[in-house]
Amino acid sequence: MIEGAAWRRWVFFYIPLTLFVFVLLFPFYWMLITTFRPDGELYQPWNSPRYQPFWTSNPTLDHIKYLFAETLFSAWLWNTMFIATISTAISLFCGVLAGYALSRLNFPFAGSLGTGIFVTYLVPQTLLFIPLADIIRNFKLGDTPWSLVLTYPTFLIPFCTWLMMGYFKSVPKELEECARIDGASRLQAMLYIIIPVAVPGILSAGIFAFTLSWNEFIYALVFLSSPEQKTVPVGVTSELIRGDVFFWGPLMAAALLGSIPVAMVYSFFVEHYVAGLTGSVKG
Amino acid sequence: MAQVVIRNLNKKFDEVHAVKDVNLQINDKEFMVFVGPSGCGKTTTLRMVAGLESITSGEVLINDTVVNELPPMDRDIAMVFQNYALYPHMSVYDNMAFGLKMRKFDKAEIAQRVQEAADILDIGPLLKRKPRQLSGGQRQRVALGRAIVRHPQVFLFDEPLSNLDAKLRVQMRVELKKLHNRLGTTAIYVTHDQVEAMTLGDRVVVMKDGLVQQVGAPLELYNRPANRFVAGFIGSPAMNFLPVTLADTDGSLWAVGPEFRVKPPAAMAGRLRGHTGKAVLLGIRPEDLRVTNGADPADHTFEATVEVTEQLGSEILLDLTAGPAPMVASVEPTVTAKVGDRLRLAFNPDRLHVFDSQTEASI
Amino acid sequence: MAIATIGAAARQNRQRNPRPRNRLLEDERWLAFTLLMPTAILLGLFIAYPFFKGVMLSLSSSRVGIEGDFVGLANFAKIWNDSIFRTAVWNTFWYTAVTTVFKLGFGLWLALLLNRHFKGKAYIRAAILLPFIIPTVLSTFAWKWMFDPTFSVINWALFKVGLISARINWLGDPDLAMASIIVVNVWRAVPFFAISLLAGLQTISPELQEAAAIDGARPWQRFWYVTWPLLLPVTMVVVLFSVIQTFADFQLVYVMTGGGPANATHLFATYAYQIGIGTGLLSEGAAISLAMFPFLLLIVVVQLLYIRRVETR
Repeated sequence: MIEGAAWRRWVFFYIPLTLFVFVLLFPFYWMLITTFRPDGELYQPWNSPRYQPFWTSNPTLDHIKYLFAETLFSAWLWNTMFIATISTAISLFCGVLAGYALSRLNFPFAGSLGTGIFVTYLVPQTLLFIPLADIIRNFKLGDTPWSLVLTYPTFLIPFCTWLMMGYFKSVPKELEECARIDGASRLQAMLYIIIPVAVPGILSAGIFAFTLSWNEFIYALVFLSSPEQKTVPVGVTSELIRGDVFFWGPLMAAALLGSIPVAMVYSFFVEHYVAGLTGSVKG
Repeated sequence: MAQVVIRNLNKKFDEVHAVKDVNLQINDKEFMVFVGPSGCGKTTTLRMVAGLESITSGEVLINDTVVNELPPMDRDIAMVFQNYALYPHMSVYDNMAFGLKMRKFDKAEIAQRVQEAADILDIGPLLKRKPRQLSGGQRQRVALGRAIVRHPQVFLFDEPLSNLDAKLRVQMRVELKKLHNRLGTTAIYVTHDQVEAMTLGDRVVVMKDGLVQQVGAPLELYNRPANRFVAGFIGSPAMNFLPVTLADTDGSLWAVGPEFRVKPPAAMAGRLRGHTGKAVLLGIRPEDLRVTNGADPADHTFEATVEVTEQLGSEILLDLTAGPAPMVASVEPTVTAKVGDRLRLAFNPDRLHVFDSQTEASI
Repeated sequence: MAIATIGAAARQNRQRNPRPRNRLLEDERWLAFTLLMPTAILLGLFIAYPFFKGVMLSLSSSRVGIEGDFVGLANFAKIWNDSIFRTAVWNTFWYTAVTTVFKLGFGLWLALLLNRHFKGKAYIRAAILLPFIIPTVLSTFAWKWMFDPTFSVINWALFKVGLISARINWLGDPDLAMASIIVVNVWRAVPFFAISLLAGLQTISPELQEAAAIDGARPWQRFWYVTWPLLLPVTMVVVLFSVIQTFADFQLVYVMTGGGPANATHLFATYAYQIGIGTGLLSEGAAISLAMFPFLLLIVVVQLLYIRRVETR
């Protein structure tokens, strides 16, 4: 790397990087501090002399207690976890099989099917939520977790397939050819050789799919109606606001606690997540 | 008995006709080598025998059974790949046992066979390791081991030594030869390296542009190449080709070049008569040229200028020009020649080759 | 010894004929068909069918619980004359264009910063991605709280620095509300741009930079003539994804303003939700969200053509 004088490093590197980190992370700090701030401190106008933005002298667990005692937050957490896990599993199953077929097998229309998958990858959920809500009602799935477990794969499968296609292409073709000569059928070669070798790719796709389903909002908002069926993002939006009144303490506590599971999964598999993210934009 | 017969085999990829009407018989216990430049169709042919590539037309028979439609798993063959294709998530033992497990052998027999193969290849201590912990040579041995535990009817090798460094390659070549002598399994071996082809093969198939150029024992290819391509491909350094015209002077036949003329031996004259007055290619191997000691008849000598000398220790390679024609001579290390010297070279008339300049076939 | 046993075993091996197997799956086409089946069913049922149904819905006069009649393009005519819809269309384009420029600019800058070697780089990189990982709705609530007119920490900071003297009602004024939404969207997507572009940067050999430096190129010249052209293919794909996501955005606006104040900040999706789900006019809502389709298609086609051109250059 080509480097210059010390002051240049500060001006062109340390200061901008620090600013970036500060701005990108400040809202999370704000979530954290609000969660533990008592109401008395919370509702001080910003121009009041007692406004004390960055610290609290009387940390409290009241908001968190309220969340678990007075709201269905724990149910929402469980719902979100359940839906994200099952829909990720379904999407991985479909995506791995489809990715294998599209990247490794020769069959008519393989190319156009691949393009088709890429195009569905680009279909946003907001394009289809109204007719889909109708379909969910007709299938009698409304207000059940299955309405999400079955529809989340529509945006996760194209992503998983795309990622797995890229990964499978990087596994030498000779491995499965050798397995087939060794006496394995095509299916066995896939199950015993190619899929185990592709585990890092599967993990990347899985982590990424999990965070995407945890983040999903509009389907959950439209398909679920009873408070005890909701996911964290939807529950927080609809149940912690009464008319125009925002319960900021519990809201921020819910935002914090609702983020922790994804953040944990993410922190354990940062490298896989980044591989999934960058793999998803590679052609 | 394991005999492989290939009949009128053709392979077409969309635009490319990769393999054209190949006919071959590979006998039981034979070590057959396919050699040729890249893209000549040798690997495609091998992959059709393996069942990894569909057959456009023609037939492959293993032991008198047409196997065209048989998937690779049912052909009872083993294959060693250029990149070894070791299963990275399995230990050496599991790599070798995989084929047996797929065929539902019982545990004890698997263990016994793997141990046997490991002893033969001297990889016993490596059985618990993963492929990534092995050196190139060790991986090569494991790949071989995986092939031999199965006791298949036919071994297929796809450039198995290309990824090894030069020294290891020579060593493994010898071991492969020993292994074949010991097991006696029919083998088909694909390589682009003519030295490997010559040293390993009982017979060698030379291919170019999807066509078989010549099939024969290594020395047969060396001594009696069927055409200019085989002559130039087999042997190192490659054969020299001098464009000449055949002329009848005073009742004897001369090959006349731009600045020299030589007399083909009487034994060849009969065959060459028909080409009198036509342009042909004279083929002389570098090792059949020497600096004359004056005793050679003038008909078999000509003058050339030294351009470059390459000292190899055991011999000297001289890059020369005789008129416009470049050539290489491999001469005794005692010869002292400097760049720019004019030398009189003699060739061995019994080892002269002549090729038709149009068809490139040997005359 | 070994040779003899192998010979014997080889003979015995002959007898062990492979048991009959499912030949159908040895055929590449059948195997591909089987492997693609689950995907085809799910995508067909929940993408192709809803799309078809959406088109039918937009051409009828359905409301919640009431099967409508076929009305042709009446819904589209109606929304075309709807001033809120027109504002939403304008907002969507403005929002997409402005955020994309900022995301690309900041994302590239951050990627270039992260492409250096420094202590704790792995941690910084991991932490920086947080805005992209955390569910949008939840982090948007934190921003909404930060933008709260009475309790805003942003107002406090600007006041302390001396930039403002009176409170700013961030989400109460149409223009400021849109600006606030843009800020949050940029904030959320910059990490995605930065990390993706960083991955692109890392595939560019440092030797190219060094060669250009030896050839006498100054830093910005090195960026403009070496780095940027090589980064362009990755950039285009990242932009494609971001543009589509932003164009079809819903949750951010829904949480921040709900389309307000006075319907000034609606996007296609939020307005479709308000009409289709909020008021129960299913057909009209479907028409509004389907109105996105031609634009999305155009974006995808143009970008894909451009990407192809860049890649084959």
